[in-house]
Amino acid sequence: MRRSFSLRLSAFLGFVFLYAPILSLIIFSFNASKLVTVWGGFSTKWYAALLQDQQILDAAWVSLKVALMSATIATVIGTLASYALARFGRFPARMMLSGAVTAPLVMPEVIIGLSLLLLFVALESLVGWPAGRGVDTIVIAHATFGAAYATVVLGSRMGSLDRSIEEAAQDLGARPIRVFFDVTLPALAPALISAWLLVFTISLDDLVVASFVTGPGASTLPMVIFSKVRLGVSPEVNALATLIIVSISAVILIAAWQMQKSEAQSH
Amino acid sequence: MGRRGKRRGDGMTARGLFEWVGAKGRAFVVAAPLAWLTLFFLLPFVVLAKISLSESAIARPPYLPIWEWAEGVLNVSLNFGNYLFLAEDPLYLMAYLGSLKIAAAATVITLLIGYPMAYVIARAPQHRRNILLMLVVLPFWTSFLLRVYAWIGILKGNGVINNVLMSMGVINEPLVLLQTDFAVYLGIVYSYLPFMILPLYATLVKLDEALLEASADLGARPFVTFLTVTLPLSVPGIIAGSLLVFIPAVGEFVIPALLGGPDTLMIGSVLWNEFFSNRDWPVASAVAIVMLVVLVMPIAILQRTQSGKEEAN
Repeated sequence: MRRSFSLRLSAFLGFVFLYAPILSLIIFSFNASKLVTVWGGFSTKWYAALLQDQQILDAAWVSLKVALMSATIATVIGTLASYALARFGRFPARMMLSGAVTAPLVMPEVIIGLSLLLLFVALESLVGWPAGRGVDTIVIAHATFGAAYATVVLGSRMGSLDRSIEEAAQDLGARPIRVFFDVTLPALAPALISAWLLVFTISLDDLVVASFVTGPGASTLPMVIFSKVRLGVSPEVNALATLIIVSISAVILIAAWQMQKSEAQSH
Repeated sequence: MGRRGKRRGDGMTARGLFEWVGAKGRAFVVAAPLAWLTLFFLLPFVVLAKISLSESAIARPPYLPIWEWAEGVLNVSLNFGNYLFLAEDPLYLMAYLGSLKIAAAATVITLLIGYPMAYVIARAPQHRRNILLMLVVLPFWTSFLLRVYAWIGILKGNGVINNVLMSMGVINEPLVLLQTDFAVYLGIVYSYLPFMILPLYATLVKLDEALLEASADLGARPFVTFLTVTLPLSVPGIIAGSLLVFIPAVGEFVIPALLGGPDTLMIGSVLWNEFFSNRDWPVASAVAIVMLVVLVMPIAILQRTQSGKEEAN
């Protein structure tokens, strides 16, 4: 009994460790004092200041655009790759595909960023594309490593799907492409949403790769936050962080709740 | 693919047409992601290796071409100077070793904190398990950069910890916590804790409780049971979790940049500075290639054999 108490206590402290910094971030975003960590009364003025900060608003718009596009591209690539790996058995280039799709997961971000930038520069001087760097090149970079995450999420779901339904559809005369769109894809829907959300949040959060492959004029939100934070803490960043953390958490919790509900119904 | 493709000659019956489209479809499903990843993930490494062998120059882009075609003669000049430079300047060796040391120590600390958490979650009643797991995963979804930033406010000179300790009279002078190696360890452990807990949980929850009961019935004390039954059986989870923490920690840039001091040497920050501050693209590429060969490849091979073993079981 005593042992189990100390075990529970250490687990409880672990959760405190996970959430205390986030809570302090949120609390001090409502601090009237500019000194961030010295309490000077309740205020929402940093949220108002945020809405006036054109640099942050522009960067947020760039980040949202990048995240929307890269999550969508990554999910499409991830769907194709995980479908090929789960359903085609042995095929030429299987090793290459499975290697290329998992390697980004273990690749340090600085290497992904640098090597992609060098590719873009080399391509530009060889074939003239991409002309300059900016939103497009960040989208390509995020879609590429995002595809790896999407493939992992979709692959594990694809593996647990009941194949007899697909086979039944095929026996009833449906073409493979019809089977895919009418049977496989609907069954994959929860995993598709998870994969899309995962890539979306990773893209929204990425500083390192985007810093390498961006060009003048396209600063993402993490890049702006990073340059502000390097100069010290700022209450405005706290307000921004609170908005981001609360909205992402809300979306994730709602998605998880919905998925659990639909799973409970299907059983 | 080939087997199906041959039937195309059977005349354009409806079925033959469908199979032809089907074979094309299969080829497309494989070729599209493969083409994207080859172009944007594999090809960049070829370019990276090439640039690492070129000479840096004040130009746009800031390096010299490694081959030139002049009057029917192909001149190839491979410059190994960047690699020699890495070997000569102790800064780089120290940074590689420093990254390994910090990542390894942080991984061990993460394991020590994560194990009891994973254990308690795995032993919790079913309905509470999902909530606890959600609590572990949620911080992973929210911004990594902002969670590292949160620690600046807590650790700095007039930050939360120092304010609390000084108002309680424990200390008179603020402690120097920020811009130290301690802060870097803290940041890594904090950021990657969910990566450790999830695989540990996955192996611990599969553990058959009858084994623990049998061990207790035979007279083993709980701690002995833990050492002889639970711990050995959770080794796959320990290895998987440790790799998930160690791999990103080795190349980490954000955490040492925000929480570390000038003495914190990690190879990710060295590469970043070489590129952004010194604008030396060839040396930055050489740093990346060495990092790839020395750090990433052994880990990737280790992970492959590990997951291969798991599949075999």
